[in-house]
Amino acid sequence: MQIDTSGDRPIFLQIADQIEDAVFTGVFPEGQQVPSTTEISAQWQINPHTVLKGMNLLVEQEILFKKRGLGMFVKEGACARIRAKRQQSFFDRYVASLVAEAKKLDLTREQVVALIERGYTDDRDTDTGAD
Amino acid sequence: MTGIQIQELTKRFGDNVALQNVSLTFQPGKIYGLLGRNGAGKSTLLGIAANRLFADSGQVLIDGEPACENDRAQKKLYMMSEKNLYPKDMRVRDVFRWSERFYGSFDRQQAQVLAQQFGLNIKKRVKELSTGYTSIFKLIVALCLDVPYLFLDEPVLGLDANHREMFYHLLLKNYADEPRTIIIATHLIEEVANLIEEIAIIDEGRLLMSQSVQSLLDSGYCVSGKAGDVDAYAAGKKVIGEDVLGGLKTAYILGSCDRQALCDSGLELSKLNLQKLFVELTKKEGEQ
Repeated sequence: MQIDTSGDRPIFLQIADQIEDAVFTGVFPEGQQVPSTTEISAQWQINPHTVLKGMNLLVEQEILFKKRGLGMFVKEGACARIRAKRQQSFFDRYVASLVAEAKKLDLTREQVVALIERGYTDDRDTDTGAD
Repeated sequence: MTGIQIQELTKRFGDNVALQNVSLTFQPGKIYGLLGRNGAGKSTLLGIAANRLFADSGQVLIDGEPACENDRAQKKLYMMSEKNLYPKDMRVRDVFRWSERFYGSFDRQQAQVLAQQFGLNIKKRVKELSTGYTSIFKLIVALCLDVPYLFLDEPVLGLDANHREMFYHLLLKNYADEPRTIIIATHLIEEVANLIEEIAIIDEGRLLMSQSVQSLLDSGYCVSGKAGDVDAYAAGKKVIGEDVLGGLKTAYILGSCDRQALCDSGLELSKLNLQKLFVELTKKEGEQ
């Protein structure tokens, strides 16, 4: 996990991203406790209020929930919610910027589609090439 | 707990005006960065609040009570600074003992644990400590005192990178366990940028601003691209500074950005960073 303190993205959003990633990849399994605000704050040297702001964002999105007096836990169904959310934002995050960059490079629509096809083929090659 | 009110504080040293009519409030339970260049008046401000200096006019209130010559108010704060006010021949462990006597709320056990962590020999006399260890020893006192207001004036002076990391880690843990008002006066902005929640900037004895870090960073933005395009976009806007590299230019602009115009011009938009903002705001004429 890494926080980019000189980057553009506000720290509290980065915290939310990182925890979300960890939940999605199963580092923090559903139903289990995530590190406390204090732990995260001290570890990354970030003001605890900033950390809490990031965590509260995930509470709003029903990825985490608070157990009074105990801390924050990963909500059941969090992974499915994250997947749904990311599928929704896939266009904005990847496709829109891909098209914009392709236009800058004078790549045609057909060329871009072909490249995407190649991405899938290469992916299959590396899958089988492992052995 | 109502925090610390600085009211119209003015302080002169001979002809030199160290503070000029400074008013600001430190709210309880927050971590403040008190930023300013060398000689801006940071230490003078904290020194007056800690009753080490007397103001020419104005006053400081701690939880509504005057700070000047008032034991009850002073008991609530600890100021750690470069100056050594401990008897030079006193051993570190005795300072710990006396801190407990004076404040009545010193966690000596914790102090010993921390001393061990930092490799501080508590049998040494205060005068025998290196610059780094002098800072460490005072930081340990600060962390182990149960006072609601902590002033840390250049807290990491002389500390190596490992010890600085340890200190920030401990400070945040300490703060999270027991929130209190912590005012960090420093010019190492990048190091404290994520630690602090609120920021107060003083320059040449005057208060430039006091607000939350987030709102300060949101108050402006940077645009970069071809110099001509940047100039065209920036015309009529409040530009606080710019960097030029060949034909490339970055302008630091206050206010909200005109996204449409930016999109059309193909300029790149990015966020302000605290250090850059500070440098531009406190730049003197003739400085690059």
